Amino acid sequence: MSYPRRAWIVLWKDVLSERRSKETLNALFFFALLLLFVFQFSLGADRERLVAALPGLLWLGFVLSGLLGLGRAFLGERENDCWEGLVVVPGDKSAIYLGKVGGSLLLMLVVEAVVLALFGIFFNVDLAPHLAPLALVIGLGTVGFAAVGTLFAAMTAQVRARELLFPVLLLPVLVPVLLAGVKATEAVLGGETLGAVAHWLRLLAAADVIYLTVGVLTFDAVLEG
Amino acid sequence: MSRLIRVLGWLAALGLLAGLVMAFGVTPREVTQGNVQRIMYVHVPAVWVAYVAFAVVFVASVAHLLRRSAGADRLAHAAAEAGVVFLGVNIATGSIWGKPTWGTWWTWDARLTSVSVVFLIYVGYLLLRRMIDDRERAGRYAAILGILGAPNIYLVHVSVYWWRTLHQPPSLLKAGSATMPPVLWAAVLLNFAAFALLSAYFVAKRTRLLRWEQEALP
Amino acid sequence: MAADPLVHIAGLGKAFGTTLVLDDVTLDVRSGEALAVLGPNGAGKTTLLRILATLARPTRGIARVAGFDCVRDVERVRARVGLLAHGAWVYEDLTALENLRFWTTLSGLTPTADELRAALSAVELERVADERVRAFSLGMKRRLSLARLLLARPEVLLLDEPYAGLDPRAGKWLDGYLTAFKAAGGAILMTTHSFGRGLGAAERIAILSAGHVVHQTSLAALDAEDVRRLYELHAEDSA
Repeated sequence: MSYPRRAWIVLWKDVLSERRSKETLNALFFFALLLLFVFQFSLGADRERLVAALPGLLWLGFVLSGLLGLGRAFLGERENDCWEGLVVVPGDKSAIYLGKVGGSLLLMLVVEAVVLALFGIFFNVDLAPHLAPLALVIGLGTVGFAAVGTLFAAMTAQVRARELLFPVLLLPVLVPVLLAGVKATEAVLGGETLGAVAHWLRLLAAADVIYLTVGVLTFDAVLEG
Repeated sequence: MSRLIRVLGWLAALGLLAGLVMAFGVTPREVTQGNVQRIMYVHVPAVWVAYVAFAVVFVASVAHLLRRSAGADRLAHAAAEAGVVFLGVNIATGSIWGKPTWGTWWTWDARLTSVSVVFLIYVGYLLLRRMIDDRERAGRYAAILGILGAPNIYLVHVSVYWWRTLHQPPSLLKAGSATMPPVLWAAVLLNFAAFALLSAYFVAKRTRLLRWEQEALP
Repeated sequence: MAADPLVHIAGLGKAFGTTLVLDDVTLDVRSGEALAVLGPNGAGKTTLLRILATLARPTRGIARVAGFDCVRDVERVRARVGLLAHGAWVYEDLTALENLRFWTTLSGLTPTADELRAALSAVELERVADERVRAFSLGMKRRLSLARLLLARPEVLLLDEPYAGLDPRAGKWLDGYLTAFKAAGGAILMTTHSFGRGLGAAERIAILSAGHVVHQTSLAALDAEDVRRLYELHAEDSA
């Protein structure tokens, strides 16, 4: 049984479904725009203050959109009654996990790119010179986010109060990723080199490895029916 | 087994008494902070016991996933509860210590913040167990969380410490440096032993209670 | 030489909390044979299927498929069993062809596009192969699931009320499919409510009532009326 092929087909199915329905992506784009306004209104018109808070606001935007988007990771399975189909299918279930993480990762990266662009435009901040290091920081952070988020989304998919339990479980676990992401983003936007934030990047990489490993090793127990 | 648990309980009670005497009677009064500093003898052992409890949760969770052992599941559950309680004690005593010392109930000091995040993670663990009706599934999912929690504790502490100390010196609420006089160390260690016995007693009783609950259903 | 039955259940029990859904169920289904399980709602028919499909664990007793235990050799059982349950396991935003490709690839198979279309042809869905499943009727979704089973080639088919919601033409088609499946050596265990059409492909019936097998017999000498009388005789109404 080809493990990569099975992970790929799960990713393919999620991307195809999303491309057809466009439900999640469109709503998240709109949500990102709304967040912009909410941040502006909550923090006041002082542009200096907003720009100083930009790294935090960016990651706040990522986290909030991520919570919404990731919470729907297994919505297709729930609505189409396919969960048990996934349970009964033979083979290593962790391939399904990795495929799902891939799909979540793609979704979040697209939304984050939009958030980045919108914030840059509306707060009139030039992000272009920092794009490469920013992409690395955000990329590493998002991998960890998607890894844990997908695992928790699967675990809460069939719980009664899933909309409450999912963020309650995810947010404390994400604290290291959030701190590292914000601090590294702050440094990068302040013109620092990647070398100056190497320790944060190492932390993000370590978190990514830990979360993915736990997910791969335990997903069989999630999809047991 | 019952006799063992009762002995454990008595030892814990004795240990607590001894620890109390040491903390308030034997150890000297701290010069700058006064008697408030004595809270350290509860504050520090509590977090050590809590983290040992979470290590037990980790091991029991792995055992449960590998062997589907109901006993391991109950142990993980009880240990998580003990850990949350002692962590709560640690946070509360930290806050109580902070008020007269820094004039504030709360501060985003590295240690206090890290411990609070870990507290939230394991409260989430207990919430997860409560909110899944299917007991077998609840145990499985809780085990996954229990496994994820342990390495995450390390990540939390490292990230929060870096977050707080890049521009500021570390907190003043130290456990004590290596140059702390032996009598203070003795008090801390004695209380640690007492708390460890107490939590072992709680966990033993709690797992038994859980087993009776489960056996009440056919 | 009598081969071991493909499906072997002995002393099977399943309790949900304080409720006993299955109690001391013993059944065998041999290769080339179809067993129909009749019973009122709540008798435990679906639970029986779910245990064999490894979706649920029994609290007591043995369930084996092709010699492999449903609890201890879960993977090997899953590779040999095909389940057709009420939920059709189709993603509504995908086409019939895409659904088929997804499930077969996930199961570890590598069908070519031609093989996929051939399977759709066999279930007479080739004309809607590239249409989204959202527009399909229940019968069409069922046939799509059967196409998936065609490609998976299980040894045992577990069917939960397969004739429900099918028009006569689709029902006749299903009869033919099941007959061919048996001829190839497979075993079928299906649950049903109806006394006529639903029994068409079965050699034997078992009547399940309140979790117990209250009667088992061969259908060789019986017609639908006989079966109905047997059923009324043995089955209790469950509340």
